[in-house]
Amino acid sequence: MKSVIIDYNAGNVRSVLFALERLGVTAELTSDLEKIKAADKVIFPGVGEAKNTMAHLRKTGLADTIYNLKQPTLGICLGMQLLCEHSEEGNTDCLNIIPMKVKKFAATTPSQKIPHVGWNKIRFEKNAPLLQKNKSGDYAYFVHSYYVENGAYTTATCDYILPFSAALQKDNFYATQFHPEKSGDVGELILKEFINL
Amino acid sequence: MLAKRIIPCLDIKDGRTVKGVNFEQLRDAGDPVELGCRYVAEGADELVFLDITATHEKRKTLAALARKIAKHLNIPFTIGGGIRSVTDADILLNAGADKISVNSAAVRDPALISRLADQFGSQFVVVAVDAKKVNGEWLVHLNGGRVATEHRLLDWVKESENRGAGEILFTSMNNDGTKAGFACEALAAVAEQVSIPVIASGGAGSMEHFRDVFTHGKADAGLAASIFHFKEIEIRDLKKYLADQRIPVRL
Repeated sequence: MKSVIIDYNAGNVRSVLFALERLGVTAELTSDLEKIKAADKVIFPGVGEAKNTMAHLRKTGLADTIYNLKQPTLGICLGMQLLCEHSEEGNTDCLNIIPMKVKKFAATTPSQKIPHVGWNKIRFEKNAPLLQKNKSGDYAYFVHSYYVENGAYTTATCDYILPFSAALQKDNFYATQFHPEKSGDVGELILKEFINL
Repeated sequence: MLAKRIIPCLDIKDGRTVKGVNFEQLRDAGDPVELGCRYVAEGADELVFLDITATHEKRKTLAALARKIAKHLNIPFTIGGGIRSVTDADILLNAGADKISVNSAAVRDPALISRLADQFGSQFVVVAVDAKKVNGEWLVHLNGGRVATEHRLLDWVKESENRGAGEILFTSMNNDGTKAGFACEALAAVAEQVSIPVIASGGAGSMEHFRDVFTHGKADAGLAASIFHFKEIEIRDLKKYLADQRIPVRL
């Protein structure tokens, strides 16, 4: 089995590589379109800014490649947001694979800090994809200033300022707003489930 | 609910932990990675590695350390110590660091914060602030509290936020090493001044001190070194205590 991590100048993609290594999975970090198309599993990680990243994905052909993927694909953090339709971050259209919108957190009291940084509880139904080995109420590690509202493709939710999507799924596309590669044992179970799909 | 974070801090010199750590079950208590893994197992939410090496080789050893940590730890970590430029930070990012902390270099060149945030995003940039109360006024200090600057604490944390800091790590030099509690009043003022998370440091000596820093001090995270290294407080016990006090923690 061949797993690839899409390399697109995003921050800290190496953590995902290391997390898979800890699970005994060798993945390749690549921006090569053919390698991505041919992979059995694709991870689309991300830390960065939506508008510039979308521009980069379009310029390099990665946008079309990701859009047409048929194998299991996991978007993480910015990767999840870019799978959506539109982001308020830089007011940019995204890949529109999952028809949901990305909005900016707005604090309603001064004690609500933005970004949402740290460990928060994720809630999900028993049959939520990738989460079967976890318990609803487990903590996962988040770092983000933008969020996806709860909606039709939400498979797990989190609550910070308001309820939002912690995980999404549509067809072969899976996504987490939190960082499974930084979420301790909880995250490792999720990555393992993805690799075993 | 977002959990309050407990963060052990490890001081590193020439690739080894500095403080006299006495962990009987570790093969090598001086190995930062092994000690870090132990803290992860005990329930630490994040780790901070601070390199206090003062040699020209530092850049290389720090990157090697970051890479080793990133390979083994499955929780986020911050690495700091002598980061002066975007290039320094870039090397650490590529080695797998989740965040970097800048301290003196940011005070000397505040635009560094903006350059780092523009290049890597605010989530990568922790601004560490050492401050001391002098004649009733909290002033930012350099070199571990030895050199006073003209920056007033509240002005400096605001400027740091405006320039793109993602978090503030505030150490009270008055409290550091005393084990008499955190500087809750100053911390609360810092927390109210900025809308980014505040990590409290300096003065932790008991579990009650952590309760106070999360309530009166309004901190988002509490950092300590020696009380964890010497096992005066076990992280797991601390988190159970905080949960009993109705403070949200990850158990």
